Amino acid sequence: MARVRFTPHLSRYFPLPAEHESDAGTVAELVTELDAAWPGLGFYIVDERGALRQHVAVWVDGELIQDREALSDPLDPASHVTILQALSGG
Amino acid sequence: MATTSNRLLIGTRKGLLEVTRGDGGWSLGEMQLPGQPIAYACRDPRNGSIWASIDHGHWGVKLSRSTDDGATFEEVEPPKYPEHTGKTARYYWVLEPGHADTPERFYVGTEPGGLFVTNDDGKTWQLDEALWALCTEHKWMGGGRDNAGVHSICIDPRDPNHVYVAVSCASVLETTDGGATWAYRSEGMRNDYAPEGTESKPYGHDPHFIAMAPSNPDVLWQQNHFGVFRSTNGAASWDDLTQPPLVNFGFPVAAHPTREETAWIIPMDSDSKRVAIDGSLCVMRTDDGGSTWAEQREGLPQKGTWDFPLRHCLDVGTDGETLAFATTSGNLYVSEDGGGSWACLTNNLPMVYSVRFA
Repeated sequence: MARVRFTPHLSRYFPLPAEHESDAGTVAELVTELDAAWPGLGFYIVDERGALRQHVAVWVDGELIQDREALSDPLDPASHVTILQALSGG
Repeated sequence: MATTSNRLLIGTRKGLLEVTRGDGGWSLGEMQLPGQPIAYACRDPRNGSIWASIDHGHWGVKLSRSTDDGATFEEVEPPKYPEHTGKTARYYWVLEPGHADTPERFYVGTEPGGLFVTNDDGKTWQLDEALWALCTEHKWMGGGRDNAGVHSICIDPRDPNHVYVAVSCASVLETTDGGATWAYRSEGMRNDYAPEGTESKPYGHDPHFIAMAPSNPDVLWQQNHFGVFRSTNGAASWDDLTQPPLVNFGFPVAAHPTREETAWIIPMDSDSKRVAIDGSLCVMRTDDGGSTWAEQREGLPQKGTWDFPLRHCLDVGTDGETLAFATTSGNLYVSEDGGGSWACLTNNLPMVYSVRFA
């Protein structure tokens, strides 16, 4: 199972665990799975076209995902996923 | 439309603030939804719920609602653009409860140029496709924001299916069939920046805000990019009330609850500067339909001032005497005598995006 960690800023809006386990095959599938587990969470990460929001970053095994539009980057059972956002402004 | 005169909901860059008037005067409450930019907040007079549109920088735009009078908020299913539009929600610019006869109807004016409606109390939302078709066909452009946006929604108290919207940049539009069809209502408006060859088009205008006179829904006031206008015939045509420099550029306009000839605007120095005129804040009031205007300055700063109210940041209570406005640098002013004198309640708010009596 891939292991998923979230920015603490998302925990303000959803009761997320420290770590979530997933058998999703792609990042897009992971977002669908997360939205099913925590309804509404998907719309925080992606927009209504399914693209990663501008200031949200998804890392898989130490690399930013390549496909911000369709989130087709593959996951495997050993993957470590981190979902972050860029902090900005004051 | 305002529903009372003793309670204000203030949408700020750092949360939703409630300000109330009691025996001891006005007091500031706790900041709800702290840290979250509130683009607009209002109370639904039909059921007392409080709605807030949230402009998360990172997580997209969201809607939140309180059904316990502001003690707690829960996220509501947000309006989403249908796939055929190819668009995504950028901003929920204005919220408007529906007519009393349609208790589960609620509107959200959005950027890019959309109007969403729910008829089931926020469970599902529909994009008004007829209005969207005009937005795409006529290539509405951005004004105050990157894309065109719906910032004003006025519902005829006589007919729930008779609605006006104002769009920057398009115009004022009217539907009489609940949004199935829309017509531009631009007759009499000016667009000094119209590109050559487009002067006769009914779109491309930049109404900054429109307010319906509650006492006569055929009377509509409009603060436009190029002046101040009023219609007395349901927006079939607009009368130009512009009298530079003080009745000219600005953003908000408020209509008196019972006197159709009375309204307030807050002038600003030109579209190129967008600051208080000569460093001083001034409210302009008319009591004769816009022929003459009185300067209301008492209690407002008269030098060294640059901040100003955005379009949703002036409101009048149902008593017609209590007014409030707040500015881009967090100053909140209240009048209890129809604008004759003003008191500053605080200088320390975050940037203010909306001020509405609740």
